[in-house]
Amino acid sequence: MQNEGQITVLIPTPLRRFTGGEGKVAVAGSSVAEVLDALNAAHPGIGERLRDDSGQLRRFVNVFVNGQNVRDGQGIDTLVSAGDEVGIIPAMAGGAGA
Amino acid sequence: MTNLPTTTVGTRLADLADAAVVGSIGNTPLVRLRRFERHLGLPQSIEIHLKMEWVNPGGSIKDRTALSIIRAAMAAGDLAPGRTLIDATSGNTGIAYAMLGAALDIPVTLVVPESASGERKQTLAAYGAKVVYSDPYEGSDGAIRLVREMVAGSPGGYFYADQYNNAANIAAHFTTTGPEIWTQTAGRLTHFVAALGTTGTLMGAGQYLRGLAPVELVGVQPAEAFHGIEGLKHLPTAIMPGIFDPSVPDRIEGIDTDDAFDAARALARVEGYLAGSSTGANLAAAARLGCELANEGRSACIVAIGCDGGSRYLTTGLWDLD
Repeated sequence: MQNEGQITVLIPTPLRRFTGGEGKVAVAGSSVAEVLDALNAAHPGIGERLRDDSGQLRRFVNVFVNGQNVRDGQGIDTLVSAGDEVGIIPAMAGGAGA
Repeated sequence: MTNLPTTTVGTRLADLADAAVVGSIGNTPLVRLRRFERHLGLPQSIEIHLKMEWVNPGGSIKDRTALSIIRAAMAAGDLAPGRTLIDATSGNTGIAYAMLGAALDIPVTLVVPESASGERKQTLAAYGAKVVYSDPYEGSDGAIRLVREMVAGSPGGYFYADQYNNAANIAAHFTTTGPEIWTQTAGRLTHFVAALGTTGTLMGAGQYLRGLAPVELVGVQPAEAFHGIEGLKHLPTAIMPGIFDPSVPDRIEGIDTDDAFDAARALARVEGYLAGSSTGANLAAAARLGCELANEGRSACIVAIGCDGGSRYLTTGLWDLD
């Protein structure tokens, strides 16, 4: 696929137990949904922390593509391409908990 | 007419008495949630009461904590004029410090994760506090680490309020929250439910209440390390607050973020109180407890803490999906 490439996913502290302590993980994918699928394939268990049974982002989870919240765009269908940075942060007024 | 205070400490404590906002902290209402009890299908023998901490001038229970910490620091001479109060805070304590700093002429610097909502950043700025951002991916623990670096890098420049390790945090609730609840329930309470963030509420109010009666102390924490319940800590994976004594809680309930929000939504729609997700977590735990006790045929007077109001979380979008 043309868009497919290495995406850097930024992992918040409370999810690093799934990634062997890593704060950055590289995966492939052309959309946020594909990136999250690939992330879960590489690090089983992390996916269900982020999405509900219907595949939607849990309501307290915000995903950012290059700093832009995907809720303000196309949600998990937001397209990504090689070199993009995808960040995962719990939605909180006072900032992420840990 | 007395002479002007001659000591710095005296001057600062006099400032406390002058500040109107100081006098309006505490003495919050305690309400019985009869409609919420019925919504849960509980028998009348199970009472759930909510302590309305959002009535405090800064909008949360943290006004008590911040005031107690500042008062103790003034008495100890740690807040000489011009010295800056600094702390890591994911929200409500920051608002309380900023509010009291404004009313008491104390410069305040707050370290918050950069992911804090725009509304929250504006609130702190409105009070005149300086805000420093920490790595959003490191959460509140990252903010704590950054404060420690800043304090170490400027010896004597800061008073590090350190709500997670400051005994004045416990004292706030031992001397105000606890006694208020005892009086308001006429000593009838059987269970006290408080969310665990710094753990100050449960440590302080809980130990006060247990000193008077065999009250069961129930701590509430997120069920998962990765959660969306504002201000709460998942103790097994977070930096353990120094003021926390694990022997104090009789039990600790783990609550899912969705259950906390569902309970907050139920409170809004059944009782007409719009509270935040930490209040929702406390009510979800109280509901679980109430159902359990009802099934055992017992009666109970459960008091849950209503940590803050829900309107300060509107821009996080958490209510949009409802």
